[in-house]
Amino acid sequence: MEFLSDSVVLSRMQFALTAIFHMLWPVLTTGMGIYLVIVEGVWLKTRNPDYYLHARFWSKFYVLNFGIGVATGIPMEFQFGTNWAPFSEAAGNFFGSVIGFEASWAFMLEAAFLGIMLFGWERVNPAIHYLATILVAVGANLSTLWILTANSWMQTPAGGEMVNGKFIVHDYFQAILNPFMVNSVLHMFFATLETSLFVIGGISAWYVLKDRHQAFFAKSLKIALAAAIAVAPLQIYIGHLSGEQVFHYQPTKLAAMEAQWESSPAGKPADWSLLAIPNEKAQKNDWEITVPNALGYILEFKKNLSEPLRGLKEWQPEDRPHMVGLIYYAFRTMIAIGFFFAGLMLLSTLQWLRGKLSAENIAQQKWLMRGWILAAPLGYIAVESGWIVRCVGRQPWTLYGQIRTVDAASHIPASNVLVSLTGFATVYSILFVAVLYFGSRIIRRGPNLNLPIPGMEVDKPAVETTPGEFVPDERPVEAQE
Amino acid sequence: METLSYFLPQVWFVVLALFLFLYVMLDGFDLGVGILSLTSSDDERRGILMTSLSNIWDANETWLVLMGGGLFGAFPLAYGTILTALYIPILTMVFGFIFRAVAFEFRELSTRKFFWNFAFGAGSFLAALGQGFALGAVLKGIAVDETGHFIGTTWDWLSIPSTLVALTLIQAYVLIGSTYLVWKTTGELQVTHYKTAKLAAWTTLIGAVFITITTPIIYESARSRLFQQPLVYIFAVIPILGVWLIWQLLQSLNRQEERAPFVWTILLFVLTFLGLGLVVFPYIIPTKITIYEAAADPSSLVIMIIFIGFLIPIMLFYNLYQYIVFRGKVTGGQYGE
Ligand code: HDD
Ligand code: HEM
Ligand code: HEM
Repeated sequence: MEFLSDSVVLSRMQFALTAIFHMLWPVLTTGMGIYLVIVEGVWLKTRNPDYYLHARFWSKFYVLNFGIGVATGIPMEFQFGTNWAPFSEAAGNFFGSVIGFEASWAFMLEAAFLGIMLFGWERVNPAIHYLATILVAVGANLSTLWILTANSWMQTPAGGEMVNGKFIVHDYFQAILNPFMVNSVLHMFFATLETSLFVIGGISAWYVLKDRHQAFFAKSLKIALAAAIAVAPLQIYIGHLSGEQVFHYQPTKLAAMEAQWESSPAGKPADWSLLAIPNEKAQKNDWEITVPNALGYILEFKKNLSEPLRGLKEWQPEDRPHMVGLIYYAFRTMIAIGFFFAGLMLLSTLQWLRGKLSAENIAQQKWLMRGWILAAPLGYIAVESGWIVRCVGRQPWTLYGQIRTVDAASHIPASNVLVSLTGFATVYSILFVAVLYFGSRIIRRGPNLNLPIPGMEVDKPAVETTPGEFVPDERPVEAQE
Repeated sequence: METLSYFLPQVWFVVLALFLFLYVMLDGFDLGVGILSLTSSDDERRGILMTSLSNIWDANETWLVLMGGGLFGAFPLAYGTILTALYIPILTMVFGFIFRAVAFEFRELSTRKFFWNFAFGAGSFLAALGQGFALGAVLKGIAVDETGHFIGTTWDWLSIPSTLVALTLIQAYVLIGSTYLVWKTTGELQVTHYKTAKLAAWTTLIGAVFITITTPIIYESARSRLFQQPLVYIFAVIPILGVWLIWQLLQSLNRQEERAPFVWTILLFVLTFLGLGLVVFPYIIPTKITIYEAAADPSSLVIMIIFIGFLIPIMLFYNLYQYIVFRGKVTGGQYGE
């Protein structure tokens, strides 16, 4: 139990715990935000009340995630100061400003329009409401843009240099558009979208199997499926590009992702390890199944490597990541899920084209529906795995190649961190159980299909939604219900 | 370059002060309402209190997130040093925020509203307490070496003066929360909060008087600052104006006015803020490190002015807009579905 007295280790554990937990919630708020824009748009266009009811139903999950996303995001931001003060000081010139951009571009926008999106249905006219929904989605996705810019810069610090222990930026645009930025933002963007689509599809499939509101949920399932047709293959492709950039810029991480202990020279093929038991002490894999000559195809679409692939043994143990097994299997988990999603999408599309997903016969697709239910939690696992690959694989660096994690942590008594870490672990465990409980309650209750549709009733004199001349409702909120 | 390295940090000091002020004012009434909800024994009432905030609490809290991000970018050294020094108060606040935020979401879905109502109140109290101690500790000064790194100990922030500041801040939040409720509610609830507003006005006044008198006596640095020419005139006017504002506030409460008390309270906050700003400036880590020493590179400060500055009016505008959308009294226990 030596680590209990090491504040660096404890700070790392605390950061990992809070980041992994925080990451669970933005997934839906960013991805589902786009879905809500789609259904509300369809509603405004077709005036089919079902789509309005969809917007109302799914936004319940949105709120649930949003609150916890905010609650768990705030500790993330403050931790940079409390637990990573030397890093904040050294990297603040760039990293700090980007955190500021995120707050001003993204959080504010999202937070300010969320109130209108959730509670404003009867207070503003439909066009403004739609604008609010769009701005909430834009805000959430801008936050992906900026936080991934910050994180990508930690992977490939560009645009300046370290001078006297501080990163001085020469070119901000180069730092923002660092080598990892575009691709990582896209990979994350599609990750949240894809996970949300399969969550929505999975919940819809559950209702279909349970014989509840089948026609209604066939609609949401098909919207999710239609979007997944584009997203699932794209995500695999972008994931591949992510792998390529790691190969070029972070050789230590790539070696750990592939559990390669020995180097492979350029101009020759290399084997790809499919499954292995990495042994860090012996610096080799105890057991391994490999696919001969496959690595070149995976990294470069050709047989021979054009750059040497350096094995982990080329670095001293203190200069390369540990927990190779974790990185290796996290990477494989993510890929497996990516292909599972694509396969499920293909099968479902096939059935759709054959007319098997119509409201009448969708219920017969029992196995397909079970597949969708199974897919619902998988996106989360892929997202967390991706982050583990990215952050644990970056070790021992916090700012890759520049600032070591041991030098990045604040000098605070270990007991402080131990107390806060225990606090987070306790509170977050309770929260997790509570969210599962309340989330399943929303699902069990199902959608309220009797909600009044705005602009459709005659018995609400105070709400005028005639286009052009809008009179806001001045009555107390309660009277409007 | 010389002038830039003076001018830019000053600009950011003012911008951050603006963000912090907006935060203290807006989340101030939010937290105040939360603390007040602890004193109510009726769950339906607490429901109304929470409803009056459900559409705005997050936007209000985000001003702090924005202030944090701005401080991180503009004064990285201060961000690291201050937050490390205040580890316990900051985490207290953070946990308070967590309880509060989830209370909003879970309450809607739960059948045991009582529990989440309590989480909301307790979270608000914890957050305010953490902030109060943090403010008190910063005013007192943070122990740093020549390079601005923290050299104090874990419990440095805890002292009698900082406790006094924390208690006064809580009173001030209760005051602004009460006047907000006077404005947003009707009937019995409003009557109650006329009373709590009056009480809080008195307790805040007492706290403020204590702090005003004791600060120059205890702290040498504040003393020299207060008696500097020409600041001494301003510092002489502030308490007088403050007392006058509180008197106006009490009058308007007596006249049962609905909006005026909130406005008077805001003016009081503005005044206090100006006073504190003048005591602290140009230090960002009182009482040793100035904004010029802790500032990020001038080029960073410029980029931040470009990337954040143009958004300030826009953010103000859309925040105001949503207050306009949700104007009017809150009466029921629920907003929407
Ligand atoms: C997918 C993108 C993503 C990632 C990788 C992160 N976040 Fe996050 N964060 C969001 C996407 C997001 C969001 C979707 O924008 C949230 C969730 C709910 C919300 O209101 O905003 C949010 C909330 C949120 C908040 C509260 C904002 C508010 O008050 O409205 C803060 C301070 C942070 N985050 C900070 C962080 C930090 C420091 C991270 C890195 C370790 C981080 N987030 C990772
Ligand atoms: C995009 C925003 C993110 C930033 C800026 C970021 C930054 C950091 C920092 C500063 C650390 C601590 C220093 C270190 O150990 O190197 C860290 C560690 C870590 N982060 Fe990230 N992180 C981000 C997102 C995430 C997410 C979303 C997850 C998880 C889902 C995650 C997982 C981890 C883990 C597991 C560690 C611990 C690694 C270790 O110490 O071995 N990170 N990251
Ligand atoms: C075959 C498919 C996939 C491949 C080849 C792939 C590849 C990668 C690689 C190499 C990284 C590490 C990037 C780095 O360390 O800088 C990564 C990160 C990540 N992956 Fe994947 N991935 C795939 C599928 C998925 C899926 C399906 C999801 C989620 C739905 C996902 C979510 C993530 C996330 C959240 C990260 C961390 C953030 C980022 O780099 O953008 N990935 N992926």
